[in-house]
Formats: sequence, structure tokens, C-alpha cells
Amino acid sequence: MEFALSEDQRMLQDSLNGFLKDAAPLDTIRKIATGDDAADAALTSGLDELGLAGLHVPEAHGGLGLGLLDACLVQEALGYAIAPSRFLATTVTAHAMRHAGADVLPGIVSGDLRIGLALTELSSRRDGAGVTVDRDKLTGTSLLAVSAEGSTHLLAADTTGALNLVETPAATPMQTIDRTRIFSEVAFGGEARAMSLKPDNEVLAAARLLVAADTLGAAQAMLDKAVAYAAERQQFGRVIGSFQAVKHMCAEMAARLEPSRALIWHAAHALDTGDPEGLAMATLAKSHLAEAGTFIARTSTEVHGGMGFTDLVGLHYWFKRIGVNRQLFGSPEQTRLDAARLQGWLETA
Amino acid sequence: MDLSFSPEYEVFRKEVADVLSANAHLAPTSDDRGMKNPKRQAWQKLLIENGLAARTIPTEYGGYGAEPDILKSRIIAEEFAHTGLPRAMSNQGISMLVPTLLELGTPEQKAAYIRPTLYGEMVWCQGYSEPGAGSDLAALRTAAVADGDDYIINGSKIWTSTAKQADMIFCLVRTDPSAKKHEGISYILFSMETPGIEVRPLVDMTGAANFNEVFFTDVRVPKSGIVFAENKGWQVANATLTHERGMLGDPNATKARLVELVELMKRETVNGERLIDNPLLRDRLLKLQGEVYAMQANGLRITTHSLKKESAGLAGLVVKLMGCELNHEIARLAIDALGELGVMYEQGPHLRAEGTWQARYMYDLGLIIGGGTAQIQKNIIAERGLGLPREPKPAKA
Repeated sequence: MEFALSEDQRMLQDSLNGFLKDAAPLDTIRKIATGDDAADAALTSGLDELGLAGLHVPEAHGGLGLGLLDACLVQEALGYAIAPSRFLATTVTAHAMRHAGADVLPGIVSGDLRIGLALTELSSRRDGAGVTVDRDKLTGTSLLAVSAEGSTHLLAADTTGALNLVETPAATPMQTIDRTRIFSEVAFGGEARAMSLKPDNEVLAAARLLVAADTLGAAQAMLDKAVAYAAERQQFGRVIGSFQAVKHMCAEMAARLEPSRALIWHAAHALDTGDPEGLAMATLAKSHLAEAGTFIARTSTEVHGGMGFTDLVGLHYWFKRIGVNRQLFGSPEQTRLDAARLQGWLETA
Repeated sequence: MDLSFSPEYEVFRKEVADVLSANAHLAPTSDDRGMKNPKRQAWQKLLIENGLAARTIPTEYGGYGAEPDILKSRIIAEEFAHTGLPRAMSNQGISMLVPTLLELGTPEQKAAYIRPTLYGEMVWCQGYSEPGAGSDLAALRTAAVADGDDYIINGSKIWTSTAKQADMIFCLVRTDPSAKKHEGISYILFSMETPGIEVRPLVDMTGAANFNEVFFTDVRVPKSGIVFAENKGWQVANATLTHERGMLGDPNATKARLVELVELMKRETVNGERLIDNPLLRDRLLKLQGEVYAMQANGLRITTHSLKKESAGLAGLVVKLMGCELNHEIARLAIDALGELGVMYEQGPHLRAEGTWQARYMYDLGLIIGGGTAQIQKNIIAERGLGLPREPKPAKA
């Protein structure tokens, strides 16, 4: 029995964190968030060179054959740096195609296929959105599509819950609070699907788990910044981190975040090994990190005092990333309802 | 990441399961009350002889003498949970005094006390906290003044569990009032039969007397009861407190309570609707389930660190705070889910689960305070875990 990261997994974390520290400092993220395409392209190509696209693709199809646990470590590092990346969409797609993707997966690894996700209707359909399929042709719209911008294809859920691989149609950016990532409204006008997959609970669970891992990273960054600020900022002749009121805020953040890390590892490992509890665990990891992340986002901002509220320090980029993650693929309440359903707790289940 | 057990351990699990099922008929029940109940003592003896209690204590002191193996301990705990049979005795003598004596006791102390303590024949109480020394334990004032080969002890202790039943006490006393507060304390063992000791039960909010006050008036005890050395009691006590904090916030116990709550909410109906079908209550239940999952996974992480003889760092420091809080929240939801009948207590035809959820709700609040308050835990997390500075001492007036 060993519940710990392997040597390889720690190396993966170290190398990615090292890369992002140099390639994606806050200045760069600011440029990307304010529409500097060159900065975006430079970071994207740097991340592409690390070979992340094939991380969760089986070796037989040219990928690294690593599991969701490894993918969560990558997503956590991306969240820590609040870096934009297609990694989440690619990994969820690779997971959706784990039993049937021989034609598509090599293209994902090579970068010829750049995939976005149009899945939010799996958790909530509104404003007339929803995709229907008639004789293999897709019509309708999907909201808050992930990484649709710049993609060649989308993995799109239809109203039956089935998943369709389809060329990306017209996509309109949707302006959210989070400028580190672009979300889109996509409108299908009869595009033919290249591939169809049956409804699959694991796809939404994996997507939610990766969002949770992103929040874990972003929240850890906010905690680290709060602790560093509290250890340096002086008022009343002392560093503010020596006041219990401030110290306890930091302790509460750490106390909520540290067990959350173990939960992400456990849920990912459970999905990787086919543990029947994996679906519920991954789903609850999403809502759990949403709550812990929200608490840390506001508490870290408060520890920074007035500076936390300014654009100068830039803490708000993390705050907003966590805020979008909280709702993406289902609010905490929606997610918990799904966890109840997955465990057969609903009367109608 | 590998959550499976190797074949060696699966064989061990089978052996444990076989011993338990072969002897299940000998297990004491809730009717076998009292710390020195013969049936409980016989069960404890059986468990020790089969390596299911006192497992790593050397045989010369009455233990089973096995090498420490965290996975085997874990398997034993899982098999007890699985069968629902009563676990090995757990009291302050076994969990706190015995490890302390093994580390720091004299050969005479080890020979005299460890075996009867393990077999449930000698009961101990812990004399640490005082009315004026709670979170600031080192401010304790109970005085031990040397008189020939003896000390004369005057003062009082509070929060002393099992003082009424105890044969002996392990006690912190001030032996050098002129030294700095941490340097004048001694850790001493003496009989609760000694003249001059008065025990008064302290009734708590649950209605039970789980604790006592203990008063010492000119209590004459031999100096040979000192553990380690005179005025070195603070180091000895710190060794023991580590053992106590490890006992609070066990995630497997929390998981068991959550399972009970899920069953309650599936079984109980109000206005013909199952409690679990009430969306507000169900949402709270799932929120707590997420937290239980997190603390369980955190527990697996700590076990792995212990196996490698590494510190678990923050993962370990947060267990007492988060685990006790979570237990309290689970009890709170159970009471809210039961609604008006959730207020029933102790007896009556409409009482649910023997009133255990109200008792736990209150007792768990005691545990949030005891064993290092939640606020002290937060200081520890911030200072030892995050490296934030200690509160500066107030300037002398």
C-alpha cells in the first residue's frame, strides 16, 4: 500500500512548475488576458513542446499512456500559474475515447487535431441551448464551450447525452469574469459528426475532476501568496502574520486545502483503477474544491487587505479563475445532486 | 499510488479474521460495564495473546512483541470495524502512559506498571490541566515540595477522566517554583489511594460526569515515582501529548458515523417523505460526504508517510481540527434531519438511536475544545505548518 506520488510524478510536477514559473509569470498572463496574441501563442507552443497533448492517450496510439492522476497534477500546475491551455479539453476527449479512438487519438497527439469541449449541457441546459442530432448532422447551440477558440474539432454532448466529434462551427467568445481562458458559444448548423460515443458518466466526472485540480492549484497559489504577504507586511510594529486574527485565516485555508489535495489524488486513482466509488468521489471532489477554493479566494484576498482588491497585485486573476471553475460543468449544488444520483440515493434513480 | 495490499498482508488479514470469528462468542457486550469487568479483561488477554492488542509492546512487559508494522495495525483496525467486535482496550494508561514509560521509565517502573495496565488490571488517570493552566499547560501550579525521600503535594487538577476508577495517576507537578515555567515541572506517578486526595465528579453538558476535579491536600508520595528526572517533566509530557493528538479525529470513525447518518436519512420519513429526498438536507449530507472523503484520503496519505518514517507535515497537523469539526457537523445534520424529534434525549418512545446524535453533538464540542483547542490547533498549523511567526510576548510592565 502506498498513497503517494511516484518519483516520475514528482518529476512531472517539478518540470512543469519550473517551466510555468519562467514562461507564465503574472506579467505574461496579464498580456494574454488583455488580448496579446503573440504572448498566447508563445506560451501555447511552449506547452505543446512538453508533449502534454498525448499524456492521457494510450501508448498504442502514440501517447504517454498516463492516467488521470498524472493529468490532475498537470492541471493543478496550470491552475497554480493560471495558464490558459487546451490540456483539459484534450485530456477529457482522450478519456472519452479510451475504448474507441484509434482513428482520432494519433491526430490529437500530433497536434493536427485541436479539440474543444461543448459539454456544459450535460449538467445544465438553458437559454435555448442544446444540441440535437438528425441523420448524423448536428444543430443547436452550446454555451461556455471550453477551448473552442482555435480548435479544429469539438467533443459535443447532444440532448441524449451522447458525445459527438465534429468540426468546430462558428464560435463566439463569451465574456466571463476570467480573462485567462476563452469560453465560447458555438452554433451548429448541420455539421456532420465524424464520430459518436454513447452517454458515459465518466466523461463528465473526469472533466469535473480536472476542474477541481485546476482550483486546487489556483487556491494553493492564493494561500502561498497570503502566507508570504502576512510574513512580510508590517502594521503596529509587527508582521501581520503574528496576529492571531490573520494567522488563523491562513491556518483555516491550509486546513481546508491540504485534505483536498489527497481527495483529488484518491478520486483520480479510483477512476484510473476502475474503483466503483470513483464516479461519486470525482464528482464530490468538484463540489468540495469549489467550496474550499471559494473560501480561500476570499480569505486570501482579505489577508492582503486593500492591496488584495487592486489590479496592481493581480490576485483577482486567481479569484476569478476559481470563481468560473466553481460553476463550470455544474454548480456545487448541481454537482452534489449528481453525486446523489450516481450513488442511487434518489427516489427516482 | 497503489492501494492494494501485498499477498503477505492478505494472508495476515485472513489470520486476523479467523481469530476474530473463532472467538467472537467470547466478546464482551454493552452489558459488560466497568473498566475492570472480568469479561473485558479476559477479552483483552485473548487479544494480546493473538497479537491484536499491545502488539508492539515487548513480551517481557506483557505485550505481544511484534515489530511495528503500520499496515498490519491498519488491517487489524479494519477487521475489527468489519466484524463489529469490540476493539482492544483504549484508555489513557494504555495509550499515553505505556508509550512514555517504554521510552523514559526506569526498569522498576516498567516492570511494575506496564503489564497490569495492558491487561486492564491497573487503571490510570492523567493529572495535567488545572483550573489556571488549560491551553497554557506549563503555567501549572500544583506544588510538590521535597521532604526526605518523599514529596508533599498540594493543588488541584481538572478534566481528569476516570479519576474515580483509577488506581494510579500520572501527574505533572511543580518541583522548582524558582525556575522558568517549562523547567520546574516534574512528571510523577503515584497511587490514587494516597491519603489527602479528593475526587469530585464534574458533570458536563451531556449530563454525564465524563471528567472530574481532583484535589490534593498534603499528599505524601515517594520520589521514586518521578519519570525520567526531576524538573524534566515538560519533555516527558510532550512525548505523551503527541500520542493523545493522534487519537482524536480518526477518519475511519468519522466515515462510520456518516454511513449511520445516510442510513438514518434513508429510513426516517417526515410527512411520508424520506429525509434523503429533502433536497436541502440531501445537499448538506453530500457536502459532508465530500469532506469525509477528503479526510479519509488525507488519512491514507499520513499512513504512507508513517510507513516511510517521514513527517506528514500539514496533512498531519490539520487532522485534529478538521476531524473533530467534521464529527460535530455530522451530528448537527442528523439532529436537523430528525427535526422536532431530534431534540429527544436519554429516553422515551420517540427517541431515535438512543439519543446518541445529541450526545455526540455535545461531546464532540468538548473534543473541539479538549486535547488542544481549535484555536491552539490553528496556531500550530500556522506556526509549524506555514512558518508564520509566534505571537510576541507582552512587554514586561
